Amino acid sequence: MYGWEMLSFNIHDGFLEAIVRGNRSGLLTASDYNNLCQCENLDDVKMHLTATEYGPYLQNEPSPLHTTTIVEKCTLKLVDEYKHMLCQATEPLSTFLQYITYGHMIDNVVLIVTGTLHERDVNELLEKCHPLGMFDSIASLAVAQNMRELYRLVLVDTPLAPYFSECITSEDLDDMNIEIMRNTLYKAYLEDFYKFCQKLGGATAEIMCDLLSFEADRRAVNITINSIGTELTRDDRRKLYSNFGLLYPYGHEELAVCEDVDQVRGAMEKYPPYQSIFAKISYGESQMLDKAFYEEEVRRLCLSFEQQFHYAVFFAYIRLREQEIRNLMWISECVAQNQKNRVHDSVVFMF
Amino acid sequence: MGVFDRLPPVDHLRSEKMCFVQLIMPAESARLAVTYLGELGLLQFKDLNEDKSPFQRIFVNQVKRCTEMSRKLRFFSDQINKAGVNSSVRPVLQPDIDWEELEAKLGEHEHDLLEMNTNSEKLLQTYNELLEFKLVLSKAGGILASSHDPVAPADRELDEHIYNKEVDDGIAYLLEEGVHLGATKNSGVKFVSGIILKSKALAFERMLFRATRGNMFFNHAPAGEPVTDPISGEEVEKTVFVVFFSGDQAKSKILKICDSFGATCYPVPEEMVKQRHIFHEVSLRLSDLEVTLNAGIQHRNKALESVGSQLWRWTIMVKKEKAVYDTLNMLNFDVTKKCLVGEGWCPIFAISQIKDVLQCATLRSNSQAGIIFHEMDPIDSPPTYFRTDKFTNAFQEIVDAYGIARYEEVNPAVYSVITFPFLFAVMFGDWGHGICLLLGAFVLILREKKLSSQKLGSFMEMAFGGRYVILLMALFSIYCGLIYNEFFSVPFHIFGKSAYECREKACSDAHTAGLIKVRDPYPFGVDPSWRGSRSELPFLNSLKMKMSILMGVSQMNLGIVLSYFDAKFHGNALDIRYQFMPQMIFLNSLFGYLSLLILIKWCTGSQADLYHVMIYMFLDPAGDLGENQLFWGQKELQVSNLLNNKNNMLHYLLCLLANNYSPFPLSDTPVAYGHCSCSMDALPKAFYLEETSQGGTFL
Repeated sequence: MYGWEMLSFNIHDGFLEAIVRGNRSGLLTASDYNNLCQCENLDDVKMHLTATEYGPYLQNEPSPLHTTTIVEKCTLKLVDEYKHMLCQATEPLSTFLQYITYGHMIDNVVLIVTGTLHERDVNELLEKCHPLGMFDSIASLAVAQNMRELYRLVLVDTPLAPYFSECITSEDLDDMNIEIMRNTLYKAYLEDFYKFCQKLGGATAEIMCDLLSFEADRRAVNITINSIGTELTRDDRRKLYSNFGLLYPYGHEELAVCEDVDQVRGAMEKYPPYQSIFAKISYGESQMLDKAFYEEEVRRLCLSFEQQFHYAVFFAYIRLREQEIRNLMWISECVAQNQKNRVHDSVVFMF
Repeated sequence: MGVFDRLPPVDHLRSEKMCFVQLIMPAESARLAVTYLGELGLLQFKDLNEDKSPFQRIFVNQVKRCTEMSRKLRFFSDQINKAGVNSSVRPVLQPDIDWEELEAKLGEHEHDLLEMNTNSEKLLQTYNELLEFKLVLSKAGGILASSHDPVAPADRELDEHIYNKEVDDGIAYLLEEGVHLGATKNSGVKFVSGIILKSKALAFERMLFRATRGNMFFNHAPAGEPVTDPISGEEVEKTVFVVFFSGDQAKSKILKICDSFGATCYPVPEEMVKQRHIFHEVSLRLSDLEVTLNAGIQHRNKALESVGSQLWRWTIMVKKEKAVYDTLNMLNFDVTKKCLVGEGWCPIFAISQIKDVLQCATLRSNSQAGIIFHEMDPIDSPPTYFRTDKFTNAFQEIVDAYGIARYEEVNPAVYSVITFPFLFAVMFGDWGHGICLLLGAFVLILREKKLSSQKLGSFMEMAFGGRYVILLMALFSIYCGLIYNEFFSVPFHIFGKSAYECREKACSDAHTAGLIKVRDPYPFGVDPSWRGSRSELPFLNSLKMKMSILMGVSQMNLGIVLSYFDAKFHGNALDIRYQFMPQMIFLNSLFGYLSLLILIKWCTGSQADLYHVMIYMFLDPAGDLGENQLFWGQKELQVSNLLNNKNNMLHYLLCLLANNYSPFPLSDTPVAYGHCSCSMDALPKAFYLEETSQGGTFL
């Protein structure tokens, strides 16, 4: 029912849309970032942040601050806002909001499994997990020895269970397997989310599918670049790409056979939306690619706020906050390590 | 017009005359001067560093120290609340302490407190561990004992499911066997005992079941006593569990799961004698610890109490200090870097007070150079400042809620001191209710001194702030209630006897034939005989509605007249011609005329239908009025009213469209009217103006 959402959207979701738009106006602006970049030490950063919406979360921190504290408190704010929205949401918005966190859940599972593989302390690992991707029995992941056990013991209770059915092997867990597992899970998750958004229909489907396609294409490029020179076969690589997006299917065929970064570039430049991203970076360089992709993502996320009566704003807001926290982490690190000339390397301005 | 011109200027309605001043303060006396100025509260500094971010300003370090101190103070009050110490704010006369001293003192207190907290936390943790161990010993011991002694199941403290009983017995049999065999005692079934959060117990059991593929037996019992969580300080419910299993691999798995669920395992010996021995030992240590813990808590509470008695004073001090430095951050250094330059606004009457205060600051700070204070030519328009006292303050706040008047604009709050409570009373009018309100207002006013020094709830605060408004509302309610003759909605014969009486003694036809008038009209207010009569409602409605129209129209007229005074004060002839005049004509040719009709109808006792008159004035201005004619020349007046109105509208509209001069000119200089943009941005401001001048008084 495209175009008719405005008749009924506000009955259930109007309040939350207002909330999320209000929250969006609390995002840091370019002038905030400029001020933050001029800070001399972390206390200055804190002082500037207390004047923003992060104020109540940071004001009770004693003075010798650490980057981790700042990031932790900023994340706490995001989590609080997310929880508030989830409490108020009704179906299908609540399912949509939960879908947003599955990505973090996958990351957390992989983090814990890799950590236990390298015999790290579980509690230490738990602190590193993203709070949005927590679930009850996450700590017991450490018990599992192979993927089958992982599934049978813990993940069967989580929403990730259906995604797992695709990648169960009885092989032992090692770094390579875990990485493949992460990407297979992510592929299944993105496809499921894509299907769910299409089912919702209307403007949500249009905007979300666009955003998710971009996400899938970016992952495809990243997988390709990261797997160059590893023992991953072309077929295996091909299997990790999500079955939708602008690159699907012909772009995937080309990416699957790429042997170096310039070949990836050649394959990608056939797609006009990605030309501009690759035009920004010189040949043979892949470091700046992340930033270019982030910038493009932020641009698309901001655009989703231009239209009303759809769910993509919730997705966009949470992603933008996450980007903002990444920015803050980078800035605080640069300030703390006195490398202010590198501040602009990784900060993505939003407004 | 001439009449208006001869009226005195309404100076008491305008905001204070302001002047723009510059202060040049030597660095050493600046802080003291700003402190004194802050206490005086009659100077508004202008931010001269607007383009600088907070940490680029001069006194950023001091502001940081203040925020750090207020963080410490928040920490103290948090701790005091957590500990439940009710520290009475005793007005102990302690010597004023210096800012630096206070900072050191706060740091010291925080350090002490943190140390005490870590100590007691450690103690509490050991205490909790021992307590848990004790619980595990008693409960798990019970479970084990019951399984050892299958002959006397009645001894068991736990009422378990029958199914459990059977399995239990089976295991007990196994254990028994192990004991009998002696050598293979530990090779058979082993167990792990511990304690876990009650909310996690179910998931824990499920996980154990899955991990061991069902080859285990889980037995649990509620711990009974709540255990304090050392981190959050909350009391949590826990469950004691005993897991029976076989095999070493299972053991490592189970221990891992225990770890990941935050379950703590405690070893429980199988022999009863040993158990009792350990139990006794643990109990002894527990009581020892309890004594130490209590002593520690008492010590801490004492420290908190001593902090708590000063907390309020310190908080105020830090807040003041922060405000002073925030103000100082608005100032600029001059070229020599020895003086601070500040600009700001102050009312003209306050200049001498400010000068005194600055003198005082110079003397107190032993500064060589005095503070230079002089007036300057303002660049932008001055801020509005109204002098209020405790009586007018509430009224000013009500008016400010609708919009703050611009500089030297007429302040409607002066009229609203009477009109607001009166209009309230017109609606509320009941002298019974009025007396209740009056008593409430008296209580608030008599206890003014006591209430103003303490913190009130949000509702009480509102009532207390508006105590004089309530007082006036109550007085007017009593007055209007007497006019309406209502005491809790019941009329009384206060001012003599009713003018009406029944036709006969029995009063049987009062409701059919009506009453007859026997005396002069009732001297004050509504005649009580109206009460309960058939025509009570139509009579009162008609009376009150007409009265409301009269009051509303005069209120609106008052508002427009105020705008005339405003325009005249600012020398704005255009405003008078194109705003005041059309508004006046429009209002009075319609509603003013209606008011006139009402008055005539009341005076003559005519039966004319005013609805009809007003409606047909528009539909058929030339038609015959018939029995609705109230006075000679009414038709001609109506026609002229209508024409006036029409011309007026055209005039208004044309002015608006012509754009040459706005109908709502605002700027005091007529030069600006030539610009198109002027009238565009003038419109919203004009509505704002209308609201302050009319809405304010209309309320």
